[in-house]
Amino acid sequence: MTHTFFIVTSYVLTALVIAGLIVRAVIDHRAQVRALAELESRGVSRRSRRG
Amino acid sequence: MQGRYIVHMIRELANPTRFMTLSGTLLPWMAGLAVLLFGIGLYLVWFVAPADYQQGETVKIMYIHVPAAWLSLFFYMIMASSALGTLVWRHPLADVSQKAAAPIGAAFTFICLVTGSLWGKPMWGTYWQWDARLTSMLVMLLVYLGILALWRAIEEPNRAARAVSILTLVGAVNVPIVKFSVDWWNTLHQPASVFRLGGPTIHTSMLVPLLVMAVAFTLMGVALHLSGIRTEILRRRVRTLNLLEAERLDARAA
Repeated sequence: MTHTFFIVTSYVLTALVIAGLIVRAVIDHRAQVRALAELESRGVSRRSRRG
Repeated sequence: MQGRYIVHMIRELANPTRFMTLSGTLLPWMAGLAVLLFGIGLYLVWFVAPADYQQGETVKIMYIHVPAAWLSLFFYMIMASSALGTLVWRHPLADVSQKAAAPIGAAFTFICLVTGSLWGKPMWGTYWQWDARLTSMLVMLLVYLGILALWRAIEEPNRAARAVSILTLVGAVNVPIVKFSVDWWNTLHQPASVFRLGGPTIHTSMLVPLLVMAVAFTLMGVALHLSGIRTEILRRRVRTLNLLEAERLDARAA
């Protein structure tokens, strides 16, 4: 195998892992924002409600 | 005076709401700067930096392998200091920071091992060698994976944080072993050539692109860390509200 193969594979794998970290961060963040918005729309808050 | 200022700053940041505001402003700038530096760094690596007189073009792997290795240790240090923050000072953001750092550190350790392996094959003639540097780095990845598994194994966040903190501090023994393995033992891996007494032994034409890439990796790592902390704070709010809702429904039913 040529040297180019090892260089390109290194860069591609690194890019994939980093892209994975970014995608995971974005998806997870959106999921939590959505869950929080849903709870708030149901009127759940840290303060106790009357009745 | 300065010490008091730092303590004050850390205490101010302990307030999650204040942290959310500040990190929300900072995050896009850091991410933008990281992208810019990656652009400059990759340009230097691919079009300016020379080939090595012995290694030829494979030296290009260095520009991702070395920053990944630094960040692997950097994130472990963040986790270890957060672990102290959890166990000693009960800082409310410490365990959140620790939890957010673990997957990022693990990913960089993985990148370091894989690119090192892909560099080893054409240069050393083997993908893997059980030498001190390579083995201690593999142990590093296993410690990271152990920490990630422990976070998942314990449901209640505060209990999980204490257990993980202890494991993190025990695992910190490995950090100097990784760093000094190349000096303490006779390894196939080369010794340090950038952060060493007497200055770097690497030529400027390669040192500059390497440092640019290292700063780009670090900024991106820190941006990912901040974003992870923000998400974790939200996750805990969601958890608290879910528990409160369940309690209220119970009380109403009773």
